[in-house]
Amino acid sequence: MVMKKLAVWKFTSCDGCQLSLLDLEDELLEIDKNFVISYFLEASSRSPDPPFDISLVEGSITTEEAKRKIIEIRNHSSILITIGACATAGGIQALRNFASLQTAKERVYPQPELINVLPTSLPISQYVQVDYELQGCPINKQQLLSVLYSFLFGFRPSLNSGSVCMECKMRGTPCVMVSSKTLCLGPVTHAGCGAICPSFGRGCYGCYGPKETPNSPSLSRWAKEKLSIESTVLKQAFHTFNCIADGFKRFDEED
Amino acid sequence: MDSKDLMKKTEPQKILSVSALARVEGEGGLFIKMDKGKVTSCELKIFEAPRFFESLLIGRNFHEPPDITSRICGICPVAYLISSIAAIEDACQVQIPEYIWNLRRLLYCGEWIESHSLHVFFLHAPGFLGYPSLMEMAKDFPKEAAWALQMKKAGNTLIQKIGGREIHPVNVRIGGFYSSPKKLDLRSLLDILKRGLDYSLLALQWIGLKFNFPDFKRNYTYVGLKHPKQYPIERGIISCGESQFNAKEFEKNFIEEQTTYSNALRWKATDSRSCLAGPLARYHLNYSLLPAFLQEKLKEIGLEYPCHNPFQSILVRLAEITYAFYEAIRLIEDYEPFSPSFIPFDPNPQTGYGISEAPRGLLYHKYELDDKGCIRKAKIVPPTCFNLASAEDDLKKWIETHSEDSIERMTLDCEQIVRNYDPCISCATHFLKLHIW
Repeated sequence: MVMKKLAVWKFTSCDGCQLSLLDLEDELLEIDKNFVISYFLEASSRSPDPPFDISLVEGSITTEEAKRKIIEIRNHSSILITIGACATAGGIQALRNFASLQTAKERVYPQPELINVLPTSLPISQYVQVDYELQGCPINKQQLLSVLYSFLFGFRPSLNSGSVCMECKMRGTPCVMVSSKTLCLGPVTHAGCGAICPSFGRGCYGCYGPKETPNSPSLSRWAKEKLSIESTVLKQAFHTFNCIADGFKRFDEED
Repeated sequence: MDSKDLMKKTEPQKILSVSALARVEGEGGLFIKMDKGKVTSCELKIFEAPRFFESLLIGRNFHEPPDITSRICGICPVAYLISSIAAIEDACQVQIPEYIWNLRRLLYCGEWIESHSLHVFFLHAPGFLGYPSLMEMAKDFPKEAAWALQMKKAGNTLIQKIGGREIHPVNVRIGGFYSSPKKLDLRSLLDILKRGLDYSLLALQWIGLKFNFPDFKRNYTYVGLKHPKQYPIERGIISCGESQFNAKEFEKNFIEEQTTYSNALRWKATDSRSCLAGPLARYHLNYSLLPAFLQEKLKEIGLEYPCHNPFQSILVRLAEITYAFYEAIRLIEDYEPFSPSFIPFDPNPQTGYGISEAPRGLLYHKYELDDKGCIRKAKIVPPTCFNLASAEDDLKKWIETHSEDSIERMTLDCEQIVRNYDPCISCATHFLKLHIW
């Protein structure tokens, strides 16, 4: 088998998703036998040596420099996979897209004029073609492993594209909306985490972003009517790590 | 004539530049200018783009800062969870029972083990031995790499059992936990934790006796928490130089600076001295609280107390891994599940202060709440904001005392000096490329 050349890139993010690769403690040395880890700045001082078979990209685009760099990475990568909510949906920092950048700068920095960023935090797919997106804040490391080995063997990755709600049912966890009237975004959130939150008695907080064709307005209406959830609470629930992803951004707009 | 001589004869001005520092968490670089053996400029630049967390939090509900701010750092999310929770509970004047604090400490032990193991073996050790990464070091040191991976895994498993997952755990909330873990689930971890403790002692022996530590010391101002009874992790009183104070007095005792070259703010003592936060500071302030067997082991491998050599921070980090295993075992043996799993409380329109010892050093949060329980103002100071200025002072001293070294040697050493701090660039911008010009 031919070893695939792998590069790991970071834009605006918390490092958590690329850390997932290093958190594969049992598999890491095996991965190193099947992939040439050509560039991974967090874990290795090797300089980039393009072209790459697979580029994993973490983080959102928030600077002019990043816009230039992502195009260069795309040009040198056969397959580009975005990992995590920042790269696939702009991340928690995209909350600033809804407000004034100047105000945000002034609130945080004594000399706001020194800070040079774009007015928005946007996903990688806004700038270049992406071959595969792995959602989640953070991603599931077993899914990352599965995606990497799918590309190694030349298969299409096949991950569950259903909802957290379905994973929860499969796990046999009692529904938190029914049993304790707790708001849960499970019905509209992309599967992948394994429905962790409800197993701790907590409602899903949507960190894996919208599933394919989510019906968020229906869930919103239900939450208001049956759980007496206020509009502001509902808005805050949807507007977190995937706030600009379509299915969550317009969570209460009926067609 | 070698390149070093060439440089000296034709260019009195030396420039050292590392555009992208490797094996640090986040994006940064180093740019140093020298003239006739004196450093004229030393800039540790943070390229990581700012994320404006303190601004994003305004108007959010008082339940939200833990989950939002944990996203500042994927390596130390527990630190953000605990400091933010402590600040909100302080604003609402809630007393949290000891059993909840103990479970928080246990969760935090998992993070110290995971984060320190990552730094010691993946980021720091390869630099001492001349490998680009742990994966390549593992080919010559398979046994040692296996210890590293097993320790890191044990830390992550502990976080996962209590928190639901290793990165951005979900089971932590203001007032306590969403659910208290089962006794048997935690006791099932005792085996891997005891083995982890043994590996950490073997690693101390290996690194302490086999690695070469440059003879380098500085007279640091240490900043960290102190606690009367236990080595501080999840809470304590702030100690800086001669003074001790609680989290409420934090901003009176330190000053914030913004530089023209970096996206990270930096914090210093009010007289503009740089302060050092993290393992060396905690070790300095709390050595007497380490268990006797660990103090003995450290003497045996030649780690002195006090220790002012930043390169030996790798040993102190390892000692803290041993301690975290020891504490985790003790806390699990004493653990009893509790119900309710959290203390419910209403918001209070006050300002609250929270502080805890993240793996890299003390992490401060402050929130001002309104009467509806929304955040009116937020302030977050991560440890790297202290350590950037201290690392720059280390670099200046190192370069001026090693001005005859080749530019290649000096670059490698300077990178390692920055790594001594385990800088967390993602945190500091809420860090590093080496450019020595």
